Amino acid sequence: MSNLQTAPWTSPAPVAQPTPLKLHAKEQLAAHDLFKSYQKGSLGIPVLQGINMSVYEGEFLSIVGQSGCGKSTLLHLLGTLDQPDAGEVHFDGHRIDNLPARSRDVLRNRYFGMIFQFYHLLPELTTLQNVLAPALIAESTFGYWRRRGDYQRRAMELLELVGLSERAKHKPSELSGGEMQRAAIARALLLEPKVLLADEPTGNLDRATGEQIMAVLRELNREQKLTIVMVTHDGWISQQADREVRLVEGRIVAA
Amino acid sequence: MYKLLLCWRYLRTRYIALICIVSIMLGVATLIVTNAVMAGFSEEMQVRMKGMMGDVIIEARSMNGAFDAESKIARIKHLLGDSLVGITPTVRVPAILSTETEQGSVTQQIMLVGIDEQTYCDVSIFGEYLQHPQNREQLNFQLKEGGYDVYDHTASSPAEAKPRTDMKDAGWHRRRKYAAFKKRQERYLQAQNATPANAGDPFADALRANGETEGRDFDPAVEQHTGIVLGFGLASWRDSNGADHFRTLPGLDVAVSFPNAALPPKAISENYTVVDLYESGLGEFDSNIAFAPLRALQTSRGLVDPTTGVARFNAIMLKLQDEVDAIEVRNALRTEFSSQLFRVSTWRDQQNSLLQAIQMETVLLNLLLFMIIAVAGFGIFAIFLMIVVEKTRDIGILKSLGASSRGVMGIFLSYGLTLGLVGATAGLALGILLERNINTVKDWVAWVTGQPIFDPSVYFFHEIPTLVNPLAVVWICVGAIAIAVLSSIFPAWRASRLHPVRALRYE
Repeated sequence: MSNLQTAPWTSPAPVAQPTPLKLHAKEQLAAHDLFKSYQKGSLGIPVLQGINMSVYEGEFLSIVGQSGCGKSTLLHLLGTLDQPDAGEVHFDGHRIDNLPARSRDVLRNRYFGMIFQFYHLLPELTTLQNVLAPALIAESTFGYWRRRGDYQRRAMELLELVGLSERAKHKPSELSGGEMQRAAIARALLLEPKVLLADEPTGNLDRATGEQIMAVLRELNREQKLTIVMVTHDGWISQQADREVRLVEGRIVAA
Repeated sequence: MYKLLLCWRYLRTRYIALICIVSIMLGVATLIVTNAVMAGFSEEMQVRMKGMMGDVIIEARSMNGAFDAESKIARIKHLLGDSLVGITPTVRVPAILSTETEQGSVTQQIMLVGIDEQTYCDVSIFGEYLQHPQNREQLNFQLKEGGYDVYDHTASSPAEAKPRTDMKDAGWHRRRKYAAFKKRQERYLQAQNATPANAGDPFADALRANGETEGRDFDPAVEQHTGIVLGFGLASWRDSNGADHFRTLPGLDVAVSFPNAALPPKAISENYTVVDLYESGLGEFDSNIAFAPLRALQTSRGLVDPTTGVARFNAIMLKLQDEVDAIEVRNALRTEFSSQLFRVSTWRDQQNSLLQAIQMETVLLNLLLFMIIAVAGFGIFAIFLMIVVEKTRDIGILKSLGASSRGVMGIFLSYGLTLGLVGATAGLALGILLERNINTVKDWVAWVTGQPIFDPSVYFFHEIPTLVNPLAVVWICVGAIAIAVLSSIFPAWRASRLHPVRALRYE
């Protein structure tokens, strides 16, 4: 690859191609030349301006950047919650950003687990039911009813894992922030996803609680070899990942 | 699965949805009750009307009628065979009824109908509405000693009907009392008028003085004139409390004037003795029609041919077997009877304008009441849009967990369906409950508002008749559920279109 070909003006966007920490690992999730802008009135506000990045199987990657730099948007694009204006998203070598809505629903349901800054638990359901939500969505009424024992056992195991087993019957309004986030993690893991996408998981928590959540995530990454992509503005949280990607004004600037 | 779970949870936690259920419930209940009452009234009226009028009627176009009912009846019997249940000739003439009361005489315009007491009750259920039990068995125009109904025998319980105390001494008892009173009055007046200036007919006085009488005097205490059966509305009026006041009673005499059949007609005036009253509940009959014996009326009007004894008649009434189509019979008879001289019609033809008006009224009322449910539909629409906004973030969460747009739409559609189902079921229960206890409800509302809801002076029924048509009820419920689902379609569609990222950011 010559210098000319990689010169800034010939390449559509700056390329951030960090050296993977696990060289033997295969690329699991990748972004190619992602562009995304939001319409604000008649003005298009560019959010992502050509993102190229890869996430490798079993790694804990953090995307760090200031608020408004587009890191959440990038995560949404990776998780197929939103569609890019240009560019491609690949998962396990297949392009996923242009899949029909139904297939993207299945991807989000089975292959990606998502956790959010504001936990996003359903207030009407108990903690256990919230954890079971992905299974409720995945299965037909009869299918769920037939396998409800398995799902409930799995949900209780996950609640145990995040230390919430005695809070299973409580409503989210009766839980603390840290507990809600742990419930959200349990929910994200119910259908054994390939990738966990975390959007500011500690953003709404104090340092100590945030630390607990990070411990859970690190343990999941280490013990279960779960691929985690985490978005944060907090450099200290970000440093606990295997690898950092820095995002400034919609571009990746450093590994 | 999550659709049902969330739908159920939303139903249990959103009390605002109860408003939708209540509004659907009220709409459905109102429609059911109104339909039941309208159908009840209409059915009651039609049964009575059909009962009173028979199925098919052949009327002579001439007021003086046509000759020889017997041969025509024989022809119809031959033509219709077994499908005929009863057939009877009648004579009808517009007349003036004059009733003597304490405060002067009251004259009323009536239709005097001459009937054959042997066959008329085969055709008309008129006999069932008579006030003397023996006359209900078999009508005759002879005054009874007493025993006329004090309580309306058609009321389901005596408690509902106001007692008619005046009827207690109706009959011969009353007649004798009245005759004695008249005699006393006459004697008193004679004593008063014993002055030469006011002397009576000198010839009659001379005859009386000689102990001679011209013929034999009619003695009202032991004799009666030709019997007449008056409609209840002709003999009485009803006050707003539902109590009846009589201006004449069985046992008393009335004067009836009508034209004879000569040209030019002359007015005939005759005394009749009221032998019974009938109460069909149809104002048109009860305050319009009086019945007298056929032969007597034919004779009085001069309808009997003096040489042959064959009489004229005005109409022949037919009652058919229930399964026989009256219209077919009518058409068959139309070919048999010249339309120049006779008019053949069914009872429906005769009451067509009234029946059509009722039909129209029912349709309009249903349309208007269905608007109530439509309004409830708009309520659902607004409340659902509100819930969608309130649940925007939850919708985002569900979508981030992989729920499809159709799934999200399904939550709100099944929510709307559930509201419709629950509302319609509750409305059905409430409607049937109200319909079953309509008279209690009526009394209660009247008590609360201080206004009589069902004015007994207007209606001749003691209680509100109701009739539930199951098909109509099914349609009402289906309509209500459909409106609930329809009005949740747009909010559900809005929910399904929500962009997950924007929904998640929604605070």
